[in-house]
This record gives sequence, C-alpha cells and structure tokens, in this order.
Amino acid sequence: MCGIVGIYLKTKKFEKNLGKMLSVMLNNMESRGPDSAGFAIYKNESKKIYKFSLCINDLNFINFKKEISKKIKKAKLNQISDHVILKTQLQPKKVIEIINSNFPKVSIVGYGRSIEIFKQVGKPKDVVKKFKLDSFSGTHGIGHTRMATESAITTDGSHPYSTGEDECLVHNGSLSNHNNLRRELTKKGTIFNSENDTEVAAGYVSHNLSNNKSLKDTLTSGLKDLDGFYTFIAGTRKGFAVVRDEIACKPAVIAETKNYVAIASEFQAMAHLPDVNNAKIFEPEPGIVYSWGK
Amino acid sequence: MKLDLKKKKLREINNTLQNLDIKKNEREFTIINPEGSHALCAGLNQEMKILIKGHVGYYCAGMNQKAHVTIDGNVGTGVAENMMSGIVHVKGNASQSAGATAHGGLLIIDGDASSRCGISMKGIDIVVKGSVGHMSAFMAQAGTMIVCGDAGEALGDSLYETDIFVKGSVKSLGSDCIEKKIEKKHIDKISILLKKSEIKNVRPESFKRYGSARKLYNFNIDNVSSY
Repeated sequence: MCGIVGIYLKTKKFEKNLGKMLSVMLNNMESRGPDSAGFAIYKNESKKIYKFSLCINDLNFINFKKEISKKIKKAKLNQISDHVILKTQLQPKKVIEIINSNFPKVSIVGYGRSIEIFKQVGKPKDVVKKFKLDSFSGTHGIGHTRMATESAITTDGSHPYSTGEDECLVHNGSLSNHNNLRRELTKKGTIFNSENDTEVAAGYVSHNLSNNKSLKDTLTSGLKDLDGFYTFIAGTRKGFAVVRDEIACKPAVIAETKNYVAIASEFQAMAHLPDVNNAKIFEPEPGIVYSWGK
Repeated sequence: MKLDLKKKKLREINNTLQNLDIKKNEREFTIINPEGSHALCAGLNQEMKILIKGHVGYYCAGMNQKAHVTIDGNVGTGVAENMMSGIVHVKGNASQSAGATAHGGLLIIDGDASSRCGISMKGIDIVVKGSVGHMSAFMAQAGTMIVCGDAGEALGDSLYETDIFVKGSVKSLGSDCIEKKIEKKHIDKISILLKKSEIKNVRPESFKRYGSARKLYNFNIDNVSSY
C-alpha cells in the first residue's frame, strides 16, 4: 500500500491554506501508510537564493549552525524539529560538497529555489504536527504516507524523493527493474542515497528533465522504461503531474475545481477540501500522463 | 430515517442496517456525509431502501442481499462485490472491480466504470450507461453485462458463460472472447435490463454481443500461449 496526495493551485485563492489542505489529506491517508510520512511544498520562489532541506538527525542545532556558518558565509538557517532549511546564494554543487564532506550525519533531503521537503518516520499525524505543515503557504505540494514493503523504515526510505533542483516524486507501488536502472543511471552520473525503488524513478525523472525533456514527455517515456506497479505524482518548480502504469492496480482520484487540482489515492483524503462537492472528480486513466503547469 | 456519518461511526451505521429489527417498519434510510468511507452498507441481508448522498469509498454494498442501495455520487473499488441479490445503483462513476465475483442482483452505473468491471462475475447483471475500462468481465462466469458506451482493452478475457453486450466500440477482445450473433432472446434480455435500469432512448437492437469461444475450457497444448 502507501498513500499519495498532492495539490496544485490554479489561482492564488488558497495559497495561504495549502499546508492546512495538505495536512488533512495526509492525516486521512494514515490507513494506507502508518510507517512514515513526508511532504514537499513549493513556496516563495527566489531568483538567487537556494534553499536546502536538511535532516540534521540528532545533531545539536546550535552547534550545527555555528559550524556551518564558518563554511558557508551569510547562510540563513531555520530549524523545524530535526529538519533545517538553509538559505544561501552559494551554488548547489558547492553547498552539497561542503555538507557531505563536513557533516556526515546530515542528509540533504532536497534543494532548489522553491521546494522545501520534510520527511520522517512515524504516523502521518505526528509527522505533520512535528513539521507544522498547517502553517505552510505555497503554490503546490505533494505528500506521502508509507507502508514499507521493499526497504527499511528510515528517513532515507521515506518519500518524497528529490534527486534534482526543485524536483520531487512520490510513489504508490513497487518497481521491478530498479536495480538495473539504478546501475544505468549511476553510470550517467546520478547519485542515489538509498536502496529504495522510488528513488530510482525520481532519478530517472531528474535525468530526463536535465536533458531538457518536459515533465509530461519524461513520464510518458517512463511508461516504457519503468517496470512495475505505480501511481506517481511528480513536482517541478512550476509543474505537477500524475501517471498510473498501464495495469492500473494502484488507485488514484483527481478532483479539479477552478481554484485547484487535488489528487489522492482515495477520495476520503480529499473529502474535506473546500468546494470538493462541486469538483470534477475522475480517475486518471491507465498509461496517460496528466500534467498542470510546466 | 436519516443516518449521518459525521455524528455516528461507520460501524454503528452498518450494524444498525445489518441487524434491522424486522418488527419495526423502518425500511427507508438516507445516509449523509459518507466522505469516501469504505465498506458502507456492506453485508445487508434484508429488503430495505437506502440512499447515500455523496461519494463513498471501497466495497460499498458488498455482499448485498435483497437491499436496494442508491449512491448519489461516485464509488471506489469493488462496489457491490459478491452481491447475491438486490439492486445497487450508482449515479456517478465507479472505480475498478465493480460487481466483482457477484452471484446475483442488479448493478446499475449511470456514469463510467473503470478497469476490471465484472471481474469473475458469477450471475449478477451489470448495466453501465457509460463506458468500462480494460479487462472488464475478466474470467466472467455467468450473468449479463450491458455497456451503453465503449469497452477498454481485453474485454471478456478468459470468460466462461457471461453474455456481454456493448453498444459502442471495443478497444480489443481478450483471449477466447469473440463477437457472437445477436438473437431475439438476447434483444429481449437487453430490453428488460434497460427498462429495469430506467435507461431510455437506447435501442436494444443497437448492441453487439460478445461471448466465449469455449476454446480454453479444457487444457490444450496448442493454446498454451493463451492461458
């Protein structure tokens, strides 16, 4: 199992409420995934500043702040539980190098000019509370509740997976050709941090996007290249897409209104969204990519 | 009687309906605020009329006997699965495996049904006003399926003795499913079911009939690739 949820706002009306909307959806998907939960929110896009979502695990934040400020000048840090959002004008490559070589206990959950990612083991309602999802505003967001099947219940094994700037992916299902694909993508330069199958799908998406393919075209070619069962929700800085494999065993429902598009594994996740009773509600058809934005 | 899922728990409501006091004459219920709940109205076994106002989750009216359940909304996976008798009427769309393994009764879907509609059906009649998705009537054994719209890929794969009638196009037929000649008795059967489903303006003569070629009933080495 596993539960996946996502909202893409078509207008500004609900931007302040995005976190609240997403947290109700995640809470309602606990029955599909009680082991861990996570979410990615796209907010306050900046032209020059990069945001790094870091999990500092059991490191002391004050010490970490002191140490990292010596390496990255003018870094701004904001702590939410065991996650830290680090803001800097330094290029991502440099920042990743600094963190990886000086802070082995810190994992980079994701980075970009808009995305912020939080994920942790535990029940969705506890994870949502811990990271104060209710207080988030934003333009679009994606979330996941995990029932672990093929790899351990850890932060690294939690979704969303982010393998490129402002990119993320959540998955309900399992892939059968991920080991092979991981080897192929590793040869081409993609770096993976876990043994998880979904991270390979995220890596596949990032690899194709970096070759200037659109999100829609990437997921369409994924229908051939990714073998297994899946409903994916993928996010980019300005876009949002959903795809189910051609067998379509893994569920998904979309509700579209003039203000937003919501997607979830089950309707009960979105039963409380504003105006949902007047929404156009449909199941994404097997093997067809649905995308919004770009 | 009005039953509100915001005020009462799902289990409480199902319990009330499953253990109806037959001495009382209360046989009509309206359920409000279903909010996508699973297994709503599952296991009913007496004559009663239920109207559910809103969208429901999985296995709605599963194992139904005798009851008439109307859903004024969409349903999730496996509506009326394993139904024995009675009527289940979905006014919106149905997710996958609608009417799965059901032995009897009538399932009416006003919208579309997604994949595997009527999988392994064993005697139920299913009438879909819209279209059905891929692998519908997979391994269907008995009963009737009427589709007023189109059918997806691999319709009637490995089917036994279910009669399938489709008005629109069929993307592809599954293994051992073939188009068959439509006779008067089939047209009569379609007319009766369309009438029961309150579908007007659809000519019973406009359907095509599909059924089993009966080549996979017994193992034959020449058919090994089709199994």
